Amino acid sequence: MSNLPSLELRLEMHRRMILTRRLEESLGELHKAGKTRGPIHRCDGQEAIGIGATAALTRTDCVTSTHRGHAHYIGKGLEPRRIMAEIMGRETGYCRGRAGHMLVADATRGLIGGNAIVGASIPAATGMALSFQIQGRKDVAMCFFGDGAAQTGICHESMNIAALWKLPVVFMLEHNHYGLTAHHSAQSSIEDLSVRGAGYGIPSVMVDGNDVLAVYQAAAQAVERARAGGGPTLIEAKTYRVEGFSTSDMGGYQDAQEIARWRERDPIRVSFEQLKKEAGEARLLEIDRQATEDIRHAVDTALSDPYPEFEVFAGSLAYSEVC
Amino acid sequence: MALMRYAEALNAALREEMARDPNVFLFGEDIATYGGVFKVTKGLLEEFGAARVRDTPISEQTLAAMAVSAAMTGTRPVLEIMYADFMPLVLDALINQASVYEYIWAGQVQMPFVLRTQGGGGAGAGAQHSKSLDALIAHIPGLKVVAPANPADAKGLLKAAIRDAQPVVFLEHKLLYNMRDEVPDGDYVVEIGKARCVREGGDVSLFATSRMVVECLKAAELLAAEGVSAEVIDLRSLRPLDLNAIKRSVAKTHHAVVVNEGWRFCGYAAELSATIMDHAFDELDAPVQRVAMPDMAVPYSEPLEMAVLPNAQKIAAAARKALA
Repeated sequence: MSNLPSLELRLEMHRRMILTRRLEESLGELHKAGKTRGPIHRCDGQEAIGIGATAALTRTDCVTSTHRGHAHYIGKGLEPRRIMAEIMGRETGYCRGRAGHMLVADATRGLIGGNAIVGASIPAATGMALSFQIQGRKDVAMCFFGDGAAQTGICHESMNIAALWKLPVVFMLEHNHYGLTAHHSAQSSIEDLSVRGAGYGIPSVMVDGNDVLAVYQAAAQAVERARAGGGPTLIEAKTYRVEGFSTSDMGGYQDAQEIARWRERDPIRVSFEQLKKEAGEARLLEIDRQATEDIRHAVDTALSDPYPEFEVFAGSLAYSEVC
Repeated sequence: MALMRYAEALNAALREEMARDPNVFLFGEDIATYGGVFKVTKGLLEEFGAARVRDTPISEQTLAAMAVSAAMTGTRPVLEIMYADFMPLVLDALINQASVYEYIWAGQVQMPFVLRTQGGGGAGAGAQHSKSLDALIAHIPGLKVVAPANPADAKGLLKAAIRDAQPVVFLEHKLLYNMRDEVPDGDYVVEIGKARCVREGGDVSLFATSRMVVECLKAAELLAAEGVSAEVIDLRSLRPLDLNAIKRSVAKTHHAVVVNEGWRFCGYAAELSATIMDHAFDELDAPVQRVAMPDMAVPYSEPLEMAVLPNAQKIAAAARKALA
């Protein structure tokens, strides 16, 4: 296999997928207990994409994320405890409780940031890539977006510009087959969106989005090309959203058999199977146990953290100077 | 002092700031090879090269979003949106992106970008190339919005906008590009948020920005012939607003006319009127008078267009009404 990463990295990706899954499961429980605010968009079943793709980045590379970004956050090295604190609206969260689960940013780790306007992550990363090119920085920008966002006008505009100017950007398409409740087939006449790359002159690949190693390898190649001045890549990672659109989703539109089929190919299970021979089952189970405990601790800590005090926003603009 | 056209003054500001700071770059439609449809960026491609002066595809929505994120990651983009009428295309970048991040990300990022555009009627450009959308833009928290009325302010405010740590929307006017006037020499920077008294008067205050300042000055001449002394205040910045300058002038004249080339309903003139009510009601001897564009599309035919645009005659009539 080409560019096979070290066992250590593969185990770390496995661990991060489990961290993400446990975080999502905890949020599901907290929602049922009435302890969350607003909709929470879980990424269960899609962890391999966020974790595998970000594993190919350095700390100063930038990521723009979506409303379903928990795997991107964890992949970019954010601490579960502070992610959880942000989701619970606490002062100790990455954005002091001002952003919430969809809009988390940590500029020190290049996560700038979550974005709840579908498609907006795409021009955001394109602009960062332009900024890097102008400054002569070797950093790369990576945007995550879904098959729903791929239908926006800004997706087309961004890909055209990125190819035209050979910008160091990786378009990481998480094709999870649903835009809110509408199946992909109701949104596009083509199944494989990566074919569009050819129309922009962008090298495009399709990978199994439930195989963290395959995602990593595709991303690593794309990142390397971008860093070397070779311009953008479109990676289409096929996956499936096994939980609903959000915690407020009433369901009823996904085929039960389809969900069951995809659960069979759970990315954590796929990873476990890939690693068990080389790492040993005992080591993998220990990673799972530790990650589960880490998330439990993160949740408990976040829940006991203080809420922020409201203060009149004293930004550099006196917004309310005439009130 | 040097005599310069408004467009030349803007060009000088861009040139000086690009020379001063290598992170300043320009992008927009037809700005590089052609030098901009109003020639504001003329010669800059030759001087600074294609990396920093970029022609773009017709993709306003993405370009504006790119300006926001490029500014967050170390550069100072200056984006030209050819007509203010195209600003609805960039509203997501301004409303959902630029205006929220400073607060929701608790100060982790700054967004020092400038979005230049030009609006206004009077050139026969029709309903989709003649609007003033000042109120739409000034409504957005987190942005500064400036609109210079003469070459000196065009230069000084643009230099200030490029140096500002916040997003600035810079509103030019198509009928002002050829205005020729004195511009101070050297590194001339005008602080954003400070109004300017263009003409002193004691009977009525006329408040405006951009080309409407020119119309206010003509109105002041008409009124002077009738023995009325009008004060003209060029607000220069729509947001932040120079509240002290407004209060000072109303306290002096006790009568106010607010002028804006955009639509009347929920318009910028309405904001000015409400501001005067909030802060200088006790100084008023009469209700504030509003002069604005009627709530309709800008017509094409010259007599029709001239009939709807605010002008000196309408401003003078409003002043007479305030003083009646």
